[in-house]
Amino acid sequence: MREPVALIGLVLVLSYIAAALVVGWLPLRDPLQISTQRLAPPTAEFPLGTDALGRDLLSRILFGARLSVQVAVVSVALATVVGGVLGLVSGYLGGIADLGIGRVMDVFFAFPAILLALGIVAALGPDPKNVIIAIAVVYTPIFARIVRGPVLALKARDFVEAARAIGATQTRIVVRHIVPNLLSTLVVQVSLALSWAVLTEGALSFLGLSAQPPAPSWGVMLSEGRQYVEFAAHLAIFPGIAIMVAVLGFNLLGDGMRDALDPQQQR
Amino acid sequence: MSRYLALRLSGAVPTLLGVSILTFLFIRLIPGDAIAARLGTSTALTPEQLAGLRAYFGLDQPLPVQYWSWLTSLLRGDAGYSIRTGRPVLVEIGERLPATLELAAAAALIALLVGLPLGLLSAMRPRTRLDVAARIGGLVGLSLPSFWLGTLIVLVFSLHLRWLPNTGGYVDFLRDPIANLALLLFPAITLGVALAAATMRMTRSAMLDVLGADYVRTAAAKGLRRSLIVRRHVLKNGLIVVVTLLGIQVGQLFGGAVVVEEIFSIPGVGRMLLTAIVQRDYALVQGGVLVIAILFVVVNIVVDLLYGYLDPRIRLS
Repeated sequence: MREPVALIGLVLVLSYIAAALVVGWLPLRDPLQISTQRLAPPTAEFPLGTDALGRDLLSRILFGARLSVQVAVVSVALATVVGGVLGLVSGYLGGIADLGIGRVMDVFFAFPAILLALGIVAALGPDPKNVIIAIAVVYTPIFARIVRGPVLALKARDFVEAARAIGATQTRIVVRHIVPNLLSTLVVQVSLALSWAVLTEGALSFLGLSAQPPAPSWGVMLSEGRQYVEFAAHLAIFPGIAIMVAVLGFNLLGDGMRDALDPQQQR
Repeated sequence: MSRYLALRLSGAVPTLLGVSILTFLFIRLIPGDAIAARLGTSTALTPEQLAGLRAYFGLDQPLPVQYWSWLTSLLRGDAGYSIRTGRPVLVEIGERLPATLELAAAAALIALLVGLPLGLLSAMRPRTRLDVAARIGGLVGLSLPSFWLGTLIVLVFSLHLRWLPNTGGYVDFLRDPIANLALLLFPAITLGVALAAATMRMTRSAMLDVLGADYVRTAAAKGLRRSLIVRRHVLKNGLIVVVTLLGIQVGQLFGGAVVVEEIFSIPGVGRMLLTAIVQRDYALVQGGVLVIAILFVVVNIVVDLLYGYLDPRIRLS
């Protein structure tokens, strides 16, 4: 079951990202264009039906991918870089730096993840930019912790010792010998973090704290669709499927890569 | 054990202090004037009025002084007043806490009742149809957004089958236990599904590790019955791992409760928090975030204690 899993994950992830990249060139209706055909079920004209303002759901869902990808990718990239550097510093230097970083990170770990994100967005204001900051803040300590452990182990390895013995600078040791050995761990965690980021962006926009209407955002579409669920169930179903495909894709990919990269976990 | 307990509790003090600092600073992040935000008014104030209010709220003091007075009044049980209702923040939260705690507890119970046995069965019979189904179910469960699952449940069970009123809500357990549990079922499932999936995956992987251990092979070589091996050697050792991983996850339920309470109109702390955010009732937001964070820390300590009980090595080191 190992490799097909990663492959299915990869296909789902690629279709999610591809939708975001090419949506502008597709022959779709304007996602904001209202029409008189309100709450129409799926037809040839509107393959996924229309919403309460007669807007094309297919177009809105595909444009929604763009927002979702932007938030997820930027926030996780920020968290990976900042958290990764903090974890490197913490693990490689040790001492006071390690203690200080560890203490501060512990405070962030003392909040349930979604609550921390919610609090940050509440303070900064409802906007996708602030959701990016919130998700990045939640994931930074996680990446710092993920990186710190392997760095501690790598620091003590013979090849690092040998590099030091032949006079390599600290920077060279970190960049050439430590970081490349962290990449496989990071790749798996990035995939899992992206799945969480997509879910969280969805949840926050569902709660009205991310993109504001009429922006085509999956969470907003779901919360709007909820009001019409009795007459137009498609409004409450399709945006949810979109979110789930993306989340499932990153989960499958992360799982598959972990199994492939970690011989101990192979089963 | 009591030494371990004392050690663990004292270790939480810096964390809780950090939490209080972060929650205190939270109100400083708000763009615009803190006074206007606190009063919740958009009326323009004269500079004199503003300065007066600033002094009244102690906002003209340096930050550390403000923090200290906030913290000391907090320790005396005063977390300020809600701007909307004028009632003490802690009273507002206290009234809503039972609903949130009940929801989280029910979700955790469902997750354990489903996740543990499935994970165990899946590990005992790897590569069977049951195993494959459980693993696919686990991945799907992890990927289901709760805010979507909740909507689907309302769609199917209240609109089509008419098993539950689609208004949702909450009834005090002491007043009407049956109505309480009936209203609790679907929200608890919605909140618990992701945790059930995570539990199943963790249990499966932990049990597989233990089943492959040398001492289990030795026990089998001695001729012990498989059921006895599982009960004596596999379960407890596997559960140690599950408990640690689960601890972090159970606390996350308090965060997820915000979403689920909103979907099912449960008057809990999470829903209060959302309303307070929209109404810019910052004292209430601050109080709600603080209380949930403290609950989260407490749950983690309890899990650590449980861990120490299951694995004596942790206590001794």
